[in-house]
Amino acid sequence: MALEASAKTEADLFGAPKSRARVVYSFTRRYPVIPGIIIIVLAVFAIFAPLLTSYDPEKAEEYNDNGIPPFWQADGSTKYILGTDYLGRDVLARIIFGTRISLLVAFSVLGIGGVIGIAVGLISGYFGGIIDEVLMRLVDLTLAVPFILVALVWAIVLEDSLTSVVILLIMFFWNGFARQVRAETLQLKTLDYVALARIAGASPLRIMYKHILPGVFSTVIVIATLTVGVVILVESILSFLGVGVPAPTPTWGAMISDGRNYLTSGWWMAFFPGMAILFTVLAFNFLGDWLRDTLDPKLRQLN
Amino acid sequence: MAKFIGRRLIYSVGVMIATSIIVFGLSRAAGDPRHLFLTEYTTTATWDAWGKEYGLDRPFIVQYVIWMGRAVRGDFGTSLRDHVNARTVIWEKVPATLQLTVSSFIAAIVIGVPLGVLSAVKRGTVWDYLGRTWALLGQALPPYWLGVMLVLLFAVTWNLLPSSRRGDWTHFVLPTLTLAWGSAAAMLRLTRSAMLEVLDSEFVKFARSKGSTNPMIIWKHAFRNALIAPLTFSGLLLAGFMTGTVVTETVFAWPGLGRLAVQAVFNNDFPVLTGVVLLVTAIYLAVNLMIDLTYALVDPRIRLS
Repeated sequence: MALEASAKTEADLFGAPKSRARVVYSFTRRYPVIPGIIIIVLAVFAIFAPLLTSYDPEKAEEYNDNGIPPFWQADGSTKYILGTDYLGRDVLARIIFGTRISLLVAFSVLGIGGVIGIAVGLISGYFGGIIDEVLMRLVDLTLAVPFILVALVWAIVLEDSLTSVVILLIMFFWNGFARQVRAETLQLKTLDYVALARIAGASPLRIMYKHILPGVFSTVIVIATLTVGVVILVESILSFLGVGVPAPTPTWGAMISDGRNYLTSGWWMAFFPGMAILFTVLAFNFLGDWLRDTLDPKLRQLN
Repeated sequence: MAKFIGRRLIYSVGVMIATSIIVFGLSRAAGDPRHLFLTEYTTTATWDAWGKEYGLDRPFIVQYVIWMGRAVRGDFGTSLRDHVNARTVIWEKVPATLQLTVSSFIAAIVIGVPLGVLSAVKRGTVWDYLGRTWALLGQALPPYWLGVMLVLLFAVTWNLLPSSRRGDWTHFVLPTLTLAWGSAAAMLRLTRSAMLEVLDSEFVKFARSKGSTNPMIIWKHAFRNALIAPLTFSGLLLAGFMTGTVVTETVFAWPGLGRLAVQAVFNNDFPVLTGVVLLVTAIYLAVNLMIDLTYALVDPRIRLS
């Protein structure tokens, strides 16, 4: 009797035990499960690309295998799951290898650009005055100069390569970090523990590195994640225009550019790389939004 | 107000100069500009004469001033492909780009704003859900891919609309949709959040309590106040269109400035490319300046900040 009563109150307090489907559902609502899975798949694609496909992404597998549709279509074969392109290269293999370029560009641009941006933001925010003024005008400038036009001039002058694309993108993607880190540094440096560190005789470098940097870290992670999608999109635009990483290296943008000349005979050549970009960008945007809401409620008002 | 105008003016001129220095610096980094005109008939005398004309023996800054002085007068040099003044080549392409930009600008507002209002007013319904999905896709869809897919559906599969080049109004539909897509989505998102905020405000609650009809509340009380954010944003739309026209014109073989710039890259046509870059940057900065000034006139808070 007593047991029954306590069981009843427990049920009242915590609600009926949830069904498994309900638990899974609420888990996917709370955590970015699907974006997470997509990003893991992309990472596997990028790291293990040569192990995942036996096809060469830059060369046709067999003579006369060009323009074969995906396997579910009448003329398709399971040999080429997503079909082949106009040169007979396996579309899936090119998408898998294309992941490498997209992620490599995104991570190197955000890695290097992030470090530059953080350094500029810390210095600008900590020292203030004329240094701050100069650095922030530089940020304003990189935000105002029309990126795509500079990219075209960049392409006509420099030999197209992965490095030149990365350098170009770094010049236009460090500014977001600098702005936000500066704003946070301005706040953090007024706090007591920073003042105490200064009294204790810590050098500006040490204060910035040991006391302020850890405080801006979550912001940096959020900005980086939210920018991955933008960098991937912009890289693919450069490749599409023919001013990105040069052929025959497989990039998603260039695949769409090639594929659009064969729309009447093979829609799959342009369709699948676009889906790859779409899902990649969506996954990183969702992850970034989730990180922002979880790590950094301050940023919520910004967007 | 004079101070505000002055500051904005200096800023715009600064960006213009910075862009021109980047372009000029890159063009000189590419090597001696005389190589572009070099033919097998060039004599040493002409070669030296060119050197004098461009001031190549003088410091970098002097060369820049000479180059910029010509550019301001509209002299970007002779197009290496068409062998006429680059200015002529560029001016021919301006109307096509302007038409496409204007039609897309209108489309982005006409599509984005009403759907944003609908999405906010019918919050939580299927309309809201569709609106938000579109806003999400607007950020993540590669614009050129959208263009290619529109061609695939409407031109190749259903044969309803022309796939490329300029012509009657049907030629405008697909390029306009492609260029306006992302901006319309951004407009929708902004209008939605502005509307939601206003609909929650005290004066709307008051209007409700005094018994105003629903359309009256939405359009007269809420909408007018919610318009400020999307209007401010419409200036920024133009910045997006700059990338957009380059991409869209490439997809649809639209004979405008963007496509001209891309072709100039492949033809190694330096004079035309620099001309387009400087002209488009100047137009963009001028438009932004005008928008800023309009806002300062309309909204005293901006003027005083």
